This record gives sequence, C-alpha cells and structure tokens, in this order.
Amino acid sequence: MIRGERKEAIAGWMLILPALLLLVAFTHYPTVAVLIRSLFGQGLHGKAPPFLGLGNYRAMVADPVFWQALRNNALYAAAVIPLSMALAIIMALAVDAATGARIAGRVFLRVAYFTPTVLPMIAIANIWLFFFTPGYGLIDRLLSPFGLGNWNWLGSTATALPAMIAVAIWREASFYMIFYLAALQAIPPTLREAAMLEGSSRLNFFRRVLWPLLTPTSLFVFVNVVIDSFRLIDQIVVMTHGGPDNATTILLYYIYEVGFQYWDAGYASALTSVLLAGLAIVALVQFGLLSRRVHYR
Amino acid sequence: MTARFAAIETLGAWLLGLIWIAPLFWAIWAALHSGAAATGFDVFAPLTLENFVRAWNGAPFAQGLLNTSIVITIALVVQFALCTPAAFAFARLSFPGRDLVFALVLVQLMVSPDVLIVQNYQTISRLGLIDSLLGIALPYLGSAFGIFLLRQSFRQVPQELDEAARLEGLGPIRRLWRVYVPLARPTYIAYGLVLVSFHWNNFLWPLIVTDSVSTRPLTVTLAMFATPDQGLDWSVITAATLMSVAPLLVAFLIFQRQFMQNFMRAGVR
Repeated sequence: MIRGERKEAIAGWMLILPALLLLVAFTHYPTVAVLIRSLFGQGLHGKAPPFLGLGNYRAMVADPVFWQALRNNALYAAAVIPLSMALAIIMALAVDAATGARIAGRVFLRVAYFTPTVLPMIAIANIWLFFFTPGYGLIDRLLSPFGLGNWNWLGSTATALPAMIAVAIWREASFYMIFYLAALQAIPPTLREAAMLEGSSRLNFFRRVLWPLLTPTSLFVFVNVVIDSFRLIDQIVVMTHGGPDNATTILLYYIYEVGFQYWDAGYASALTSVLLAGLAIVALVQFGLLSRRVHYR
Repeated sequence: MTARFAAIETLGAWLLGLIWIAPLFWAIWAALHSGAAATGFDVFAPLTLENFVRAWNGAPFAQGLLNTSIVITIALVVQFALCTPAAFAFARLSFPGRDLVFALVLVQLMVSPDVLIVQNYQTISRLGLIDSLLGIALPYLGSAFGIFLLRQSFRQVPQELDEAARLEGLGPIRRLWRVYVPLARPTYIAYGLVLVSFHWNNFLWPLIVTDSVSTRPLTVTLAMFATPDQGLDWSVITAATLMSVAPLLVAFLIFQRQFMQNFMRAGVR
C-alpha cells in the first residue's frame, strides 16, 4: 500500500511537471524577478544595470505621469466595471428565451451583442477611430443636426479617456453577457412559474429571485472585469498612444511605453510591481468575498 | 400598459443591438465603397471591391494569416498536451503538495502574461526567441485556465469508471487516455475555441516580441498597415480590417449557436 502511494505521488508530480515548469517560467519567476529588477537602473550599452536600491520607486513618486496613469486607471476602472456589468446583465436578460420572451428578433440581437467578442480589439479600434474622427466621423455626423459636432474626440484631454472607456465597455459587456446568459439558462423555469402565479411583478422577480441567483456569476464577472480594467490597452496603443498629453495613459500602457519605447526595464519593473500590488489587492478582496458567501449558505 | 412596456423593452434592446453591431455594419459598407463615398455617407455610390485589392496588395496579409495559424496550432497542441496530464493529476491523484501547487497554478488567472511583458521579454530574449513564432506562443503555453477547466471536467467522470479501469490493471496514463479524455470532449472543444479566438485576437505581446514580416501575426500586420497617418483611405483600412477578422467572424456567424454555447461552457465554473 505504501508503495502504491509512493507510485501515485511520483506519477502525480511527473504529470504536472511540464505544465508547471512553463507556468513558473512565465508567471511566478517574472513576478519575483520584476521585483528584483525594479531595484536596478537602465543598463545602457550592454553594461550591467547599476543597483539603485529604491531609486526607481523614488523617481516614481516624483513622476507626475505615474500619478496621472494611476488616476486614469482608477477612472477607467470606475467607469468600465459597473457599466459593462450592468449592460451585460441587461443584454443577457433581453436575449434569454425566458426573460426576454417578449422581445422580437432575439436571435439577431444575440449575435449583435456577442460579435465584438470575436473581433480583435485592434480591428474594433480601427473602426472606432473613424467614428471618432472630427468633422466627418460618424459621431460628429450624428451630432451635427443638434449644432454640435466637429469635436476632436480623441485629440482633446476631456474626451479621449471617455472614448477609450466607451470602446472598452463595448467589448466587455459583449463578452460577459455570455456568462450571465449561461447563468440565466440554468435557472429552473418552475421558479418563474411560481412567481408568476403569485402575481409578482417582473421587476420584483428580478430583484428577489434572479439577482440573488446570479450572485456567483456577478462575483466571477466582477473579478474578471477588474482584472481587465488593468490590462485592456490594445485600443489605447492603436487609437491614442496614451495621449493627448497622457490623458489616456493607464498603468499598463505606461509600462509598455517605458519598457518598450524608452527601454528602461528598471523603471518599467518598478511600475509593474505597482500593478502587481493592485492585482494582489483584487485577489484578497475576491478571497474575502468568497469566504463571506460561504457563510450565507 | 404591459404592451407599451414590451414595446419599450424591444426598442431599448434593438437600440443597444444596433449600437453594438454598428461598427461592423459600417465597416462592411465602407469597405465596399470608394473612400469619398464612404466618408461622405453617399448611399447611392456604386459598390466596389477595389479596396480589398488595394489592402491585400498593401501588406502581407497572407503571411500574417499563416503566422497566426501556426501560433494557434502550437498553442492548441502544446496546451492540450500539457494541461491534460496536469489536470488529471490535480483531479484524481493524491500526492504531497498537490493543493499548494494547484493554488500556485491559479495565480495565473490573476496575473496573466500580459501584465508581465517587461520580464517575459527578457526571458524570451535570453532564450533567443525574439521575433519568432514560438516566442509569441511560449508565455501562454502553460495555462492555468486550461488546467482548471479540464480538472473540473475530469472530476465529473464517475469514480466507478475509473475504478473499473484500475481493476483491469490500467495505469494512470492509460486511464486518462481511455476514460477521461473521451468523456471530456465537449470541454476540449470549448477550451479550443476560446483558445483560438484568444490567439487570433492577441495583440500587445506579439507587437512587442515580433520585429519582421515573417513573424507578425494578423493583428500586428493590420496595425502596421492601417495607421491613418499613412494617408490611406478609410475604405482601404476597413477592407484590411475586415479581411483580418473574416475567417473567425464568418465561422462565428455560421456556427453562432455552437460558438456561444462553447463560450458558456468554458466560462461556467
């Protein structure tokens, strides 16, 4: 028996080892290495990077662009998270066979809502770029009858970030709708029949029955949208390059800029460690939320 | 009262649907018209395929498509080959350190390779894989998502089946191959589909790690071609955009029900 256990232990480790090696090499190792690297400088002309201690972090605290990136990222997250979750739920309710029974053309709507998920962000960005073009772009054309229009959406610091947020929401709502749809389809129809017999209004049914049943999904979606709000930068790379005047620079974009345009790996590593700290907080919050949910049961 | 409410609901749902599909519709319309007609919203302008020809000749899209396909093939084959045994071990074998290691694996769901671009670039560079297709795929090959998904699926395989195979004297590898993998087929399809669309759409990492036409995937090829500062017509840009999304988009439009069901299966935990 002991021999069997040992054999199983060896087999277990052998089976996980290849995948584990790759995971460690590209997730755990870089997480640690980035913290160490952040203590060193740039290392120009093939020389070894000089040790700076906390120099990069001191520079970071004094760097107005870093603070702006943080502020932009907070705004980005604060808008993208609630709006894309709300839209995802509304879309799922509209195209679900039971909750959206009274809506005509559900099959078309379902495809329309979901399409952004199969389009690359960069393709989406190209099309939106035209929509936002001042003067003859679609948005300005729609606004011109109202005396508005000819507004440089991406070129002005007031509207560039909201434009990036709109593109992000457009994509996120589409993707996460599918999770709500799956959850709605798993809800037994008898619940609805019982509620209807009792004469409960649709709003009440949503609030008292559907919403609580969707909580695990909402939790899952919430955590993922939060993570996405740290890393969705494809449209920023293509549409605004972080500008104008850093108005659309969020943290990961700034890391990309420092790391791959200024080639300062040390400073980019220090910035990455701030991003990792943010993700660690998300992980802790998720852990807290999950353990609270167990008490409810 | 309820009839009016239903009408408002339908109207709202359609408005949302139109906003969500508008970019695609507009892109198709613009790509089929001359640049002036497209930006001038001239409804009666003649149709043309000229834009597609110009886009196709303007950038190496065929090479991009080939590169994307190779990256996807590498990712599919290697991820399936590595995640399957790992998922099985986590699901059905007991060995010291299992739960701790599994928790470590799950870290990747939080800290995705996108966030670690600076350090992963150093690693890929040290391996001499900058500007190579393997370099694009490598950071994603050990996948926590895949391990997690397959583990869930393997855990649903009835213990009795496993027990019967064990009594017949089958070792873990053969049990995995004969019992678990066939039963998890729907999960493989769902996982594969999510994987294909992820790598088809992936942009930032390939942009960083590639440096030449021979390795750039479609997304990067498109981005290099379709920068408005190159003085291109919007119609040509949209034609290029449509060409690079077409294969996946057409597949989705044909198999939309299966597509969505598989995305749901991959997301439901």
